[in-house]
Amino acid sequence: MSETVEQEFAPGNHPDLPPPVSTTGIIGWSRKNLFSSPLNTILTLLTLLLLWKSLPPLFEWAVVNSISSADSRAQCWNQMSSPGAGACWAFIKDRVQLFTYGFYPHELRWRVNISFLLLALALVPVLYEKLPHRKYGLFYSAAFPFIAGWLLVGGFGLESVDTDQFGGILLTLILGVTGISFSLPIGVALALGRQSNMPVLRILCVLFIEFIRGVPLITLLFVASTMLNYFLPPGTVYALLVRVLIMVTLFASAYMAEVIRGGLQAIPKGQHEAGDSLGLTYWQAHRLIILPQAMKISIPGIVSNFIGLYKDTTLVLIIGMMDILGLGNASLADAKWAGLAMEVYIFVALYFFISCFSMSRYSLYLEKKLHTGH
Amino acid sequence: MSSASVTANEPMLLLRLWRNQEYRSVFIQIMTMLILFTFLGMIGHNVATNLEKAGKDFSFKFLSYPAGYDISFQPFISFSPTDTHLRAAVVGLLNTLLVAVSGVIIASIMGFTMGILRLSNNWLVSRLVYVFLEFTRNVPVLLHIFFVYGIFLYVLPVPKKALSISDTVFLTNRGFYWPSPVFEDGFGYVWFALLTAIVVVIAFVIWERKHQDKTGIKYPSFTISTAIIIGLPLLTFFISGSPMSWEIPVIKGFNFKGGTSIKPEYIALTFALAYYTSCFIAEIVRSGILAVSGGQSEASHALGLSHGNTLRLVVIPQALRVIIPPLASQYLNLTKNSSLAIAIGYMDIVATIGGISLMQTGREMETMIFVLLTYLIISLIISAFMNWFNKRMSIVER
Repeated sequence: MSETVEQEFAPGNHPDLPPPVSTTGIIGWSRKNLFSSPLNTILTLLTLLLLWKSLPPLFEWAVVNSISSADSRAQCWNQMSSPGAGACWAFIKDRVQLFTYGFYPHELRWRVNISFLLLALALVPVLYEKLPHRKYGLFYSAAFPFIAGWLLVGGFGLESVDTDQFGGILLTLILGVTGISFSLPIGVALALGRQSNMPVLRILCVLFIEFIRGVPLITLLFVASTMLNYFLPPGTVYALLVRVLIMVTLFASAYMAEVIRGGLQAIPKGQHEAGDSLGLTYWQAHRLIILPQAMKISIPGIVSNFIGLYKDTTLVLIIGMMDILGLGNASLADAKWAGLAMEVYIFVALYFFISCFSMSRYSLYLEKKLHTGH
Repeated sequence: MSSASVTANEPMLLLRLWRNQEYRSVFIQIMTMLILFTFLGMIGHNVATNLEKAGKDFSFKFLSYPAGYDISFQPFISFSPTDTHLRAAVVGLLNTLLVAVSGVIIASIMGFTMGILRLSNNWLVSRLVYVFLEFTRNVPVLLHIFFVYGIFLYVLPVPKKALSISDTVFLTNRGFYWPSPVFEDGFGYVWFALLTAIVVVIAFVIWERKHQDKTGIKYPSFTISTAIIIGLPLLTFFISGSPMSWEIPVIKGFNFKGGTSIKPEYIALTFALAYYTSCFIAEIVRSGILAVSGGQSEASHALGLSHGNTLRLVVIPQALRVIIPPLASQYLNLTKNSSLAIAIGYMDIVATIGGISLMQTGREMETMIFVLLTYLIISLIISAFMNWFNKRMSIVER
């Protein structure tokens, strides 16, 4: 310090000194972000202790000590230093076919594979806005649920498969995709109905939405599994899957309607008036002016509804349908593999985490891209 | 659009009426009603024929018949197989409410804590909370319930090898056991002391407010109140010669006897629902606090308020207005999600009347209508209460 004092500089000409060591680099960063106050220091140390206590054992269990090839739990545990010291991923490996296809007939599984492929193709035009000829792609996407339905159920030249045999990821995807693709248009219609100036329509929509939102999905699924057949003309019996699909779609639409209503209410009145003054009809104004803006505002809500619906598809296991979680739970009862609950739950959790987290990331990206305001 | 636009070549009357907005809307509404009533009529007819075919009638008389099954979890009112289905439903409803209330309390505490930790300037803490939130939120709640229940089923030891803290608190696969207090004669003094302490504290707080308004001098009222409420009963307790003992759970046969216990089903359901919901609450709290503009806390610091007072008096009241509406819907979600109880065998209302009673009586229509109506009423009450609370909070707006 004394050297700099001795040297003479004209005022304002002193060369820049490097910042103090304690404010830059790792030290500066950690002083600012980890140890800025006594409380923060304690919190940091506690967190580090927690991580130190939990992460290494978890890593050891899941990776280091894990066994990936065995025929039964006994074999798995024989290969370890002590029973349960590591994860027995062999169990998941043994069951991965079941978890993917459920009880779909072996020789017909190519149809499921094609449906998965077609689903991936159908997502492309929905997700990428810059795709050439996107309009035609979207037509295909809209038609996809019906194509996949034909492929999976059969009929019209294909050998038909009983819907009771659907299961695992296949069933989860069927419920999720159907719910998502049909709840959006129905939700828009309900939201418009709720905003309508025709009292009869408005009251009907409000009653429907509030009823559905007031009861848990599981009771609606019970209605589907026990009571809905009474509503149908005598003699007609719909498969459980169809009844559940109807209920899941109705359930999701009511929630969707509320999200979209929020978007509709955020549109200033001037936009409606502008549409009227241009001579547009109600539908033209909504299609060209109101809905595009309202949908843009509601994207976060819509996507979080999708995620919620996708997670809620697991509830069907309570009425005896074997989705991925249901199959996972059921295979825990297998004497050969009993007691490996954590492996199964982690596998299912990762499956849902990956699909739902990517949905929420995509919604963030979309929000940023569509953010044209200031 | 209006009927005034009459041109030389007038179209037909019907077309003109259709182009008139008022007539059209009346027409559409009448048609909707017609379609709706036809639809309802069809359903009613179907139900009548189907019920007749199945040889059933529609009546709620079964509610007064003996249920014939036992309920494993009945903390509030007793229930035996000879009691009626209605009583089973009430026991189930109470169990639902128990999970809902305790879940809401735990979820709020966890959610507010995590929401604030998420905003902490400690990088490590806020990241760790973020990872936990994202992971928990993106996994189905049913899986969380199975997971926590799985810890009881597969990980925790049998009562004979229970995990224990100095042989008084036990954690086993049959539940959680801890000593229960046994009040002896003379404990009444302690209750009396507690009551006195509460009255004194209320009087003190009122006086303190007035005193502060008059003189501007502020006492640490929170610390003093806490000291009185805890100290006075404690002092009485020791003076009167500790009139309380503990009943420690002891292992007898295959399970523990004595003490207080909670069932694994209840713990799994409540805890899983609470931490799942708390993740959503944390995000709501975080965005609510961020919604209060920075100028507000700067202004309050400039007025000389401490950090704690800034939070308590300036930031949180304003943040609450943003937080309450979505918070209400999370509470509703938790209550509705408590119906997942049936997946792990906790006897809530869906499991009692919508599950076993339905199976035993074969009355799908009646039991389902009963359950749906109960949930509708609960939802309506919660949302009415939250609306009232929301109005109270936001009335200060000019």
